[in-house]
Amino acid sequence: MGLSNKIKELHQKRESLSKGGGEKAVEKQVAMGKLTARERIKAILDPDSFQEYDLFVQHDARDFDMDKKVLAGDGVITGTGTVMGMPVCIFAQDFTVLGGSLGKMHAYKIVKIMDHALKMRIPLIGINDSGGARIQEGVGSLAGYGEIFFRNTLASGVIPQISVILGPCAGGAVYSPALTDWVFVVDKISKMFITGPEVIKSVLGEEISQEDLGGARVHSEITGNAHFFARSEEECFAQIKKLLSFIPWNNTEKPRKITPKPPRDASKIETIVPEDPRQPYDVRDVIRAVTDDSDFFEIQEMWAANLVIGFGRINGQTVGFVANQPMVLAGVLDVDSSDKAARFIRYCDAFNIPIVTFVDLPGYLPGIDQEHMGVIRHGAKVLYAYSEATVPKISVILRKAYGGGYIAMNSRHLRADFVFAWPTAEIAVMGPEGAANIIFRKEIAEAPDPEAMRREKVKEYTEKFANPYVAASKGYIDAVITPAETRKFLEHSLEISVNKNVMMPAKKHGIPPF
Amino acid sequence: MEKKETIIFTLDDREYYTTPTKKFIQRKRYVPRDLKEISSFIPGVVLDVLVHEGQQVHEGQPLLILESMKMANQIKCPVEGKVKTIHVKKGESIAKGVVMITLE
Repeated sequence: MGLSNKIKELHQKRESLSKGGGEKAVEKQVAMGKLTARERIKAILDPDSFQEYDLFVQHDARDFDMDKKVLAGDGVITGTGTVMGMPVCIFAQDFTVLGGSLGKMHAYKIVKIMDHALKMRIPLIGINDSGGARIQEGVGSLAGYGEIFFRNTLASGVIPQISVILGPCAGGAVYSPALTDWVFVVDKISKMFITGPEVIKSVLGEEISQEDLGGARVHSEITGNAHFFARSEEECFAQIKKLLSFIPWNNTEKPRKITPKPPRDASKIETIVPEDPRQPYDVRDVIRAVTDDSDFFEIQEMWAANLVIGFGRINGQTVGFVANQPMVLAGVLDVDSSDKAARFIRYCDAFNIPIVTFVDLPGYLPGIDQEHMGVIRHGAKVLYAYSEATVPKISVILRKAYGGGYIAMNSRHLRADFVFAWPTAEIAVMGPEGAANIIFRKEIAEAPDPEAMRREKVKEYTEKFANPYVAASKGYIDAVITPAETRKFLEHSLEISVNKNVMMPAKKHGIPPF
Repeated sequence: MEKKETIIFTLDDREYYTTPTKKFIQRKRYVPRDLKEISSFIPGVVLDVLVHEGQQVHEGQPLLILESMKMANQIKCPVEGKVKTIHVKKGESIAKGVVMITLE
């Protein structure tokens, strides 16, 4: 056989393996409203940038007639490419090949591309669409999962790890996404659970659909397992690209700086926050009023909406925003919002992204359910994360900063680099009504007109303590600034924090209140 | 985000105008545990009933065996007391949260 024939043979082999599980299986995939694994990779990567490896890998299972089965690429496509010029490692499970089930060699391909990502210090994108462990391969498939989880953990905080759930992801398989930084889900397509509806029904007698148990909405709104919710795969891919534009290649780099732009609606900032601390507003409007081009990329928009997190840019530089949201549950901290904030703070810290915190909260959420769910240890995560973070940390107190909430939200005491306050700020142990009722309980009770006395004492407390100047007089606040000055103060603070260098005590690792 | 109804949320004697989260609305109300009622913590089959009505029972004493998830679970008495009523029979399949025995 001459060279030309050998080349022809290679092309034929490639073509046949690239078809995945064959026409019928692909038709089924399309009928479910899903793209194929290969189409997904192409849609995420820059045109013609995909280079595939291990196309010829075959499984070595012998039992259950598996020796007679040829599985294209063993059900997973792996390779490298670029996203807006950023190099990435990528893998996509192919549901058309034996349900994308994970066998030993399937796992080996994933592990190999993960090792590559870690060695090259570039982001890893994993597309999950799999029925789970390949039962015919037994413990070999379990070993495969274990090897993946181990590498997820090694790579955590070193390279960005992105999981895209575009089909089922059940049982042990869910732990790989859970160990990665970002989980993307698509409505009606993504399904994640440890035990499915059938098992739950047989054990507990409780009936539920896959969608209601672990669909995209459930993980975006109830569990917080997902970070980005999309209505279509196309929207999901656009979100992945946008996220990658904000983050660095690895933990030794800084995010790419782009051409700075002024905020689009900067002048609005004076009118967003109502003076009356009882009235709500959307804190995202404040964020948009200070970010470049008023662009704010929100993370976990639907889960624990009483706290807002996401990325924006100030002077072309990526900033992580953490903000209480008075529009939802008065912006309180609770179990979920504490977890949400703490994890994001740790992400920013690991990847050299400065953190800007907007504070307006009445405190922690009271409730038996909250206490019994462990709001103590969950709330402690916020303190831990802010205290531990050594990236530039800037706070702006917009209005209320009461009690434990004040301390937790990147206060001076947790080593914030800069704390600014608007003239509307109230830094106190609690709101004036509550404080007056406690401090002047006796005076109020014994007054001829208790209600009038209460009003008078509330007014007295408000005038004395419900302002930023008491805290400023002690140096806990660096400057009281007008809303319109906020962007300027942030720009300057970030600029002079570029070389921030703090040494923490040497340790193997801390013991955060997980 | 969909439009939600405004609620008044009182914290430290101050009323805040805000919106609730789905989870906040659906949060479980606290029900104090009644130690006199022995309920199934999981659905299963009653393999054996080890006491009879009117019997004096002690804390830690096995009351019945409930098979669930291929495990024979001993259901133990949480307090000192006397068996008032036995609501289940040997071999019976029961759901989760069913009162199996009432003590007095």
